[in-house]
Amino acid sequence: MESWRNAKALFAGVGFPPAAWLLVFFVVPLGVVWLYSFGTNTSLTEIEISGTFSNYARALDPLYLGILWKSVLVAAATTVICIVVGFPVALAIVFAPDRWKPWMLLAIMLPFWTNLLIRTYALIAVLRREGYANQAIGWLHDSLGALAPLVGLPQPGAYEPMELLYNNFAVIFGLVYVHLPFMVLPLYAALDKLDKSLIEASLDLGAGHLRTLLLIVAPLAAPGIVSGVIITFVPALGAYLTPDLLGGPDSQMIANVIERQFKRANDWPFGAALSFILMYATFIAIAFQAMKNRQAEARQ
Amino acid sequence: MIALFARFGRGRTPVAPLEYTRRWWMRGWVGLVLLFLYLPLITLIAFSFNDSRRNIVWRGFTLDYYDKALNNTSLMEALLNSLTIAALATAVSVVLGSLAALWLWRFRFPFKAGAEGVMALPIVVPEICMGVAMLVFFARIGFPTDLVWPFNLGAITIAHITFCFPFVTMVVRSRLTSFNREEEEAAKDLGASEWQALRDVLIPHMMPGIVAGALLAFTLSLDDFVITFFTSGPNTITFPVKIYSMVRFSVTPEVNAASAMVIAITVILTTVALKLQSRSGISAQGH
Repeated sequence: MESWRNAKALFAGVGFPPAAWLLVFFVVPLGVVWLYSFGTNTSLTEIEISGTFSNYARALDPLYLGILWKSVLVAAATTVICIVVGFPVALAIVFAPDRWKPWMLLAIMLPFWTNLLIRTYALIAVLRREGYANQAIGWLHDSLGALAPLVGLPQPGAYEPMELLYNNFAVIFGLVYVHLPFMVLPLYAALDKLDKSLIEASLDLGAGHLRTLLLIVAPLAAPGIVSGVIITFVPALGAYLTPDLLGGPDSQMIANVIERQFKRANDWPFGAALSFILMYATFIAIAFQAMKNRQAEARQ
Repeated sequence: MIALFARFGRGRTPVAPLEYTRRWWMRGWVGLVLLFLYLPLITLIAFSFNDSRRNIVWRGFTLDYYDKALNNTSLMEALLNSLTIAALATAVSVVLGSLAALWLWRFRFPFKAGAEGVMALPIVVPEICMGVAMLVFFARIGFPTDLVWPFNLGAITIAHITFCFPFVTMVVRSRLTSFNREEEEAAKDLGASEWQALRDVLIPHMMPGIVAGALLAFTLSLDDFVITFFTSGPNTITFPVKIYSMVRFSVTPEVNAASAMVIAITVILTTVALKLQSRSGISAQGH
């Protein structure tokens, strides 16, 4: 690495295009939103930057605070389920024979390359009333029901399809479906670097597999777990499409409220304030990750 | 005797303590997760060939819905828009992203950590916030909305470049860390100018990263719904936005057919890029 002073022309020539692009088309737009969050609607199209905090105060209204809290809970539930489901998968890839590894990673990655909207749409077909999930459960119900009289049980009634779509269950199911690869890949990266002789030592000294996993593997893989948690939690918190398409009237998340302020309610200052609350929440999560990483580095 | 029995029972060597992949519960779990990931997509593709309007029970094979999707003008227009935006956004993102990667890799300068942070910001900012920012920005500067195709896609393309190029930077920069600076110095000692060294030594080394970054940018752009949703107008519908409006109404085999086509495009592109990447990786080692 050389100092910028040694080659000023080259430094400016290489750095200017990306820096200018980012300034004009990213920093400035976010700045405008930030300013709007302190503004008031003076007419249908005019917004005056009056320096008011009333938009932020309105976000503390129980209705919006409730939605914010609910978004955090849904994102947290998604993250926890992703860890539980993804950890054994990451472990399986780490301990797989070398020739399988790329294929297993590809198998996890491939759905991630598929359009988010298409994946969500595929879930609608699975979860709706006459969807494949209900068909499969109904078939099980009927065939087991037909066997019931043989073992002396009464014949159960006709299968009543479950409501799997348009509720909170569907939202969390959809978020897990979409974000699982995000969790598996950092977990894999962290576990792959692990010194396997430590696990062998633990098993040799009499600890079971579960105990080894919880007391040896998990703490050593902590940085990977933290980055997996952040990389899953942050997009899940700001998810718009999944709650919009799979959720019911009571499964609105913060992004849906923001969208409504801009597209239908036409209350841009309030929407801007909500956007920045979501941004701050994201920044706090990322700062937490950076702090944890630094701690882990300091320990080594 | 026991060992012999075990050999017969298993037909191969016993499972070592760390061979988790050979344990049945581990295989079962991975199998279930893959089923969870793939079954919805496979049924989606399978039912795009189903000869039934209601999309519930299998009624025989047909290509009718592909025909319908391909003859759906607004759907095809949306697909053309999406591919155009993705191509333009990829081209610009590759240039900006590679420049930024070179810049951050090569130079030491004041406030570098801050510059790196801002460069990474578009990756971590929630999509909805970025969509809102783009909507507000283009409304504020009065970006013209009545231009002819493809210039009417300008706003969406700009938004896509902004969130795509930091990904290219990330990929190219990680590729640059494996570059041996002595190669560049040797080229210069042998009389190469700054530009020649860049063209003949540095860029060939960066190439696998650039290809991977380009693929990433293309897929991200093709995939994006939320940011596009906020920047698109009535005349600039992209494929995901069009599918969104179709999905809101109903689940039809036509949507399945259109989705299956996009899945095919993505899978083919990914395969080609992975192939290209592994080939250039090998040739880079051969030098």
